[in-house]
Amino acid sequence: MELFIYGITNSVTLALIALGFSLTFGISGVANFAHGAFYLLGGILTWVFMNQIGIPYFLSALISIGIVGLFGFFLYWGLMLRLRGLAVNEVIATLATAIVIIEVLRYLGFSGFTYVLPEFIKGSIQIGKSWVDYQRIFLVGIGIGLIIFLYLFTHKTKIGLSFRAISQNERTAISLGIDSDWTAALSLSFGSALAVVAGLVILPLGSIDTQIGYDILISALAVGIVGGLESVPGILVSSIILGFGQIVVATFFKAQWQTVVTLAAIVIILAVKPSGIFGKYKELEERV
Amino acid sequence: MSEEVILRVENLTKRFGGVVAVDQVSFELRRGEFLGLIGPNGSGKTTLINLITGFVKPTSGRIYYFNRDITHKPPYYIACLGVARSFQMVRAFHKIPAFKNLIVPLYSPRVKKLGGGKYGERDDMAIDLLDDFGFERDSFVPYKPAGSLPHGYLKRLDLARCMALRPDLLILDELFSGMTMSEVAATLPLIEKFNREGLTIIMVEHRLKELFRVAHRVIVLNFGKKIADGPPKEAMAQEEVQRAYLGTESEG
Amino acid sequence: MAEAIKYRKERIDRGIKVRSDTIYMLSSHRELLYLLLPRILPISFLIFIPLWVGGGYWGKVIFYSCTFALLALSWDLLASVGLISLGQALFFGVGSYVAGGFNYYLKWPIFLTIPVATLGGALICTFLLIPVLRLRGVYFSMVTLILPLLFDHLIETLEVLGGTHGLLSLSPFPNHWLADYIAIGAVILCLFGFRRLLHEDFGFVLRGIREDDRVVMAGGINIYWYKAQTIFLAAAVGCFAGALMTHYYQFVGRSAFALDNTILPLAGVVLGGSGNFAGSVLGTFILVPLSEALRALGGLRMALYSLILITALAILPEGLFHYFERKYHQFERLVSV
Repeated sequence: MELFIYGITNSVTLALIALGFSLTFGISGVANFAHGAFYLLGGILTWVFMNQIGIPYFLSALISIGIVGLFGFFLYWGLMLRLRGLAVNEVIATLATAIVIIEVLRYLGFSGFTYVLPEFIKGSIQIGKSWVDYQRIFLVGIGIGLIIFLYLFTHKTKIGLSFRAISQNERTAISLGIDSDWTAALSLSFGSALAVVAGLVILPLGSIDTQIGYDILISALAVGIVGGLESVPGILVSSIILGFGQIVVATFFKAQWQTVVTLAAIVIILAVKPSGIFGKYKELEERV
Repeated sequence: MSEEVILRVENLTKRFGGVVAVDQVSFELRRGEFLGLIGPNGSGKTTLINLITGFVKPTSGRIYYFNRDITHKPPYYIACLGVARSFQMVRAFHKIPAFKNLIVPLYSPRVKKLGGGKYGERDDMAIDLLDDFGFERDSFVPYKPAGSLPHGYLKRLDLARCMALRPDLLILDELFSGMTMSEVAATLPLIEKFNREGLTIIMVEHRLKELFRVAHRVIVLNFGKKIADGPPKEAMAQEEVQRAYLGTESEG
Repeated sequence: MAEAIKYRKERIDRGIKVRSDTIYMLSSHRELLYLLLPRILPISFLIFIPLWVGGGYWGKVIFYSCTFALLALSWDLLASVGLISLGQALFFGVGSYVAGGFNYYLKWPIFLTIPVATLGGALICTFLLIPVLRLRGVYFSMVTLILPLLFDHLIETLEVLGGTHGLLSLSPFPNHWLADYIAIGAVILCLFGFRRLLHEDFGFVLRGIREDDRVVMAGGINIYWYKAQTIFLAAAVGCFAGALMTHYYQFVGRSAFALDNTILPLAGVVLGGSGNFAGSVLGTFILVPLSEALRALGGLRMALYSLILITALAILPEGLFHYFERKYHQFERLVSV
């Protein structure tokens, strides 16, 4: 039972982390390696607004989401636009951006027990024999809610539909009057904002440490690659596989094996079935 | 034309998702034969070529080359057995000088085995070969980066790249598309000459007039199915072929 | 209203470049000098600089620059077949640990561990990367980014090869001159060797693979075999750099797999310009001394490299070396249009 509860929360955590990354990749083809850095930045900004400036929690959270979203937008507009076409340069640029953000934050000393974001509602509830704090229940709820919201967003709204149009065939979309650069910038901004939302939900469960900037990136990559990038059912299934896998490994072996399992999963999937479990990139395999 | 079968395709099928691109196609090809492969757009001609040359894996069916099963072999292995192909869309190494483009096939194990291309000789071989295809050795043309050459030259460069492999079977995928009339007139006799010298050729082409002048036999594809096989005149006379090309009320 | 005169920049090859293109370079010593100077100057710079700065702190900086230049050269070689690595730390780390392991556990002397680490480490890296050779672009980069992290965590979790403490008190080089000149010799050898290699037939096959691998396959060439060979060569250079650094420090630890060892060479290549090997050496020889001069920044150095990387990517995509090369071979003038 305990295993099941932890497995579910861990799975939803992973799904939350990966959503923004996969959204951006699926639409604009930009593998945003700064995803983890944005997650961290959002958490720290919220903390700063609350504790140093004294803005109420809800407002600071909103402002952080907005700032990081704008940052993502201008990252695309200012930098990626110059490098479009060379996917590898984009990866190098986002990775470098991530390192700049994380290392500057590390230099400024945003690590340790003082840096804690508030839980939404304190306390915990007993399910079966184990205690689960409300935050984890919130997390599962928000995670599922976000997935439904994203589905509706991409299938019902105009911006969402243009996102999907670009991801399916960029040239046709352009010829139908969709501004692909604008849409791609929006998608990066959206993905970054989602990273912050994930951070605000997940970070209260522990204290902020700059190292998570890298760890979150790896989790997002792992979920995305195992499930197949840009495939929503893939993200769900692979977060459940990885989520339970990590918990099982951590319970029966040492906790450090978690990271090893996650990393090994990425390498093995890329070697065996590079398009992921649900991937649409058939040509990756067709090309002998 | 000898009686020796060079290529045998048996019940070849390829599905892309729900679409059947090539559907149960079978045929035999004899040594020295000149086969035309025609059909409306999207009838599976290029897919068939990709299947034979190993660039796409078939869903089912077998391909035999000189009685050797090459069905799931990689493209470079098939190329080394002597199956050269050109590409429909122009493909070349754009940043590399035109004659250096031929280094790649000249460096292959096949050419080494046939005893050509020792160290330092490949440049001369490449320039000699290109000279036959209208890249005059004394002009600047062979030495310019391929990307700066006009389309017709790139098509001929592609053909030269195929011939550098010293193939037994040459597969041309719409070689003449985008060529001017004079370029076609200059290239067609070359291909005819190769065929007279014993080279087996499969040619996908939309310019039927030119094709029928040289081809011994044509295969007509429509929606992935083989609908006719025989000498050009007879094949084109068939009702089904007429319908596929002209389109009638019964379709769709 | 005054007619606006528009100008555009016109670039023309210098006469001397045209004159010294072929056998005519032998016609006078001016032409000879024009061709030889760009080759002799960097070689003599590399050879004499340890004599000038001697040992001590700046001697160390020269050694660092050389090892990172080797990593950058290895990156550039991989890039020339279209494989973009984000894991030079993998080569560096594997080389370091192989050399360190043999020296620590089996007490092999230094002149044995370095060659063994170079070849053995390269074999290990090649076999690790063979399963993902068919991956292209970003996917290959992701694997190379993940593998060093995986090794890092494996060593931590399994507590093998010294675990978190690393392997201490390994054999040092007999003297710092030997270390310096081995590193410098390797840089010169790789720089001119790789440049030469890419102009051989083998090199044209590699460049062909980068431009269009399907045409290369249609030409009867097994692209995976050539990619594997290139990875072996690049990995050997990277592992050699790692092994040198291990014995220089007399220590090997998990830091060998750190992201720094990927980012610094990468920043060097991007700053100097990729595709010609000289750029990578130039870039690292600017970056490493610069970062040593800014040592006070401490942890911010990684951020600095990354910032340089971003700036170079956005503003100077061709790299410094291409810029200098153009200035050397061509002159520019404004012409009205």
